[in-house]
Amino acid sequence: MKNIWIITKKELSGFFDSLMAYIMLIAFLGFSGLFTWLYLADIFLINQASMMAFFAVAFWTLFFFIPAMTMKSLAEENRTGTLEFLLTKPISITQLIAGKFLATLLLIVIALVLTLPYYITIASIGQIDHGAVWCGYFGLILMSCAYIGIGVFASSISNNQIVAFLTALVIGIFFHFLFGLLSSQFTGFFSSLFNYLDAGYHFESMARGVIDSKDVVYFLSIAFLGLTGAKISIEKKQL
Amino acid sequence: MDIVISDFTKKYGAQRAVDNISFTVKTGEILGFLGPNGAGKTTTMKAITTYLKPTDGDIMVGKYSVSRQPEAVKKLIGYLPENNPLYTEMPVVDYLLFVGELQGIAKQDLDNRVLEMIDICGLEGEKHKKISELSKGYKQRVGLAQALIHNPQVLILDEPTTGLDPNQIVEIRELIKKIGREKTVILSSHILAEVEATCDRIIIINKGKIVADGSANELRKKLSGKNILRISLEDADPNEAFEALKTVSGVEVVDFLTMKESKFELQIDDGVNPCRDIFQLCVDRKWVLTEMTPVETKLEDVFRTLTM
Repeated sequence: MKNIWIITKKELSGFFDSLMAYIMLIAFLGFSGLFTWLYLADIFLINQASMMAFFAVAFWTLFFFIPAMTMKSLAEENRTGTLEFLLTKPISITQLIAGKFLATLLLIVIALVLTLPYYITIASIGQIDHGAVWCGYFGLILMSCAYIGIGVFASSISNNQIVAFLTALVIGIFFHFLFGLLSSQFTGFFSSLFNYLDAGYHFESMARGVIDSKDVVYFLSIAFLGLTGAKISIEKKQL
Repeated sequence: MDIVISDFTKKYGAQRAVDNISFTVKTGEILGFLGPNGAGKTTTMKAITTYLKPTDGDIMVGKYSVSRQPEAVKKLIGYLPENNPLYTEMPVVDYLLFVGELQGIAKQDLDNRVLEMIDICGLEGEKHKKISELSKGYKQRVGLAQALIHNPQVLILDEPTTGLDPNQIVEIRELIKKIGREKTVILSSHILAEVEATCDRIIIINKGKIVADGSANELRKKLSGKNILRISLEDADPNEAFEALKTVSGVEVVDFLTMKESKFELQIDDGVNPCRDIFQLCVDRKWVLTEMTPVETKLEDVFRTLTM
């Protein structure tokens, strides 16, 4: 556990020492603020005290931002040889990957915490369903876990950051969009299979205020699969 | 802490990078690992540090095996990898603190230990700079500092002096020698003079196999076989000198180097020193002795013969 935290600390301070964290936070707050308050289906247009507009935009912004944050994690270590340096220290691959995962997740949580003023403001101008908001936030965090898992995996298979970024997006787009699309093209078993694989389906039910264990299991298993894949691909380099 | 390498083989696909090598390194020994590019030096070192898994055979560091107890082995080893990978965006002190934490140094000792390493490796003036701003020599020192920070029993250095200027090379060599007294050190290098100056023992490896093992002197002897003495005379008749030199005790074979002048190469028996007798002979015959040089086989020659 201590080793995981050492890596997490280093990664997080790395995010903040480079401009990465600030750019990500500003862009995330900017996008979500714009679409929540000012543009298209914003809160004044719907004329309802709800965070649905925010969740809809966060759902998409995180999809693009997370690969950008994870692309460096293992690809860069592998390219510069620091992976070798790390793995000859008393730390296991699992701890290393867990540390990287946790650092990105913490940064996302920080970003989400910074959007709490939106929630407070909306709550003060109308009747808001508090349960749905907290469920929505929880859903965003779970979804981030899944995409970080995919991102870390993509970063482990290449030592080129751009390749890692695009790989993560390509894998992500299936869960984010394509499975949902496919499900509407089929009927019966395949329709429900693809529907189950669609991240939007799971997220929307959470954003409405329903936490079902199958949604939690869905996101966490994607995260777990991604991180396990990353572990295997690092182990293969050592053979 | 002894390192025992037994029947270690490493294959990359069908290619055998290291082919069934065995050797032991004892505590307090500084072992130089020599070989042309692609001979398997780095592969062997990476296997000792647990980074690469052996295809066959095993490596024991102390009483731990690299394949069965890698976590225990990692704690014992300080490792400076080949191209000295560093987190270049970190300041030197932060980087060393990070490595110290990873090595499990207790919080209350950590600051002191980092300052000590900065002192030993001569990084005082650069400690707050980002690593990317340092010159290659200073980066190398940072690499050495991170390898030494947890006071490891075993030190694996893959080409520790590449990119250093001559003064720094001497300093690092001294440092390695000083550290090497209580620790087990394996270092690889392309620079033969360096290995000769630093190491107690040399292993030459070629195409994945050990081709020589011993001290620099032993290796030279083994290859040249006999001691050679080169002498030049003036005022002497070459043929007369040739005959006379053959009679000197301890001289086994006499060879002309040139026919016109009296220049000879003498093969000397082991453990005999005929220099005095030769000098006396020249005095008696009133020859002028202008050169008398023992010919040393250079380590370069040993290396070339073994690996070409």
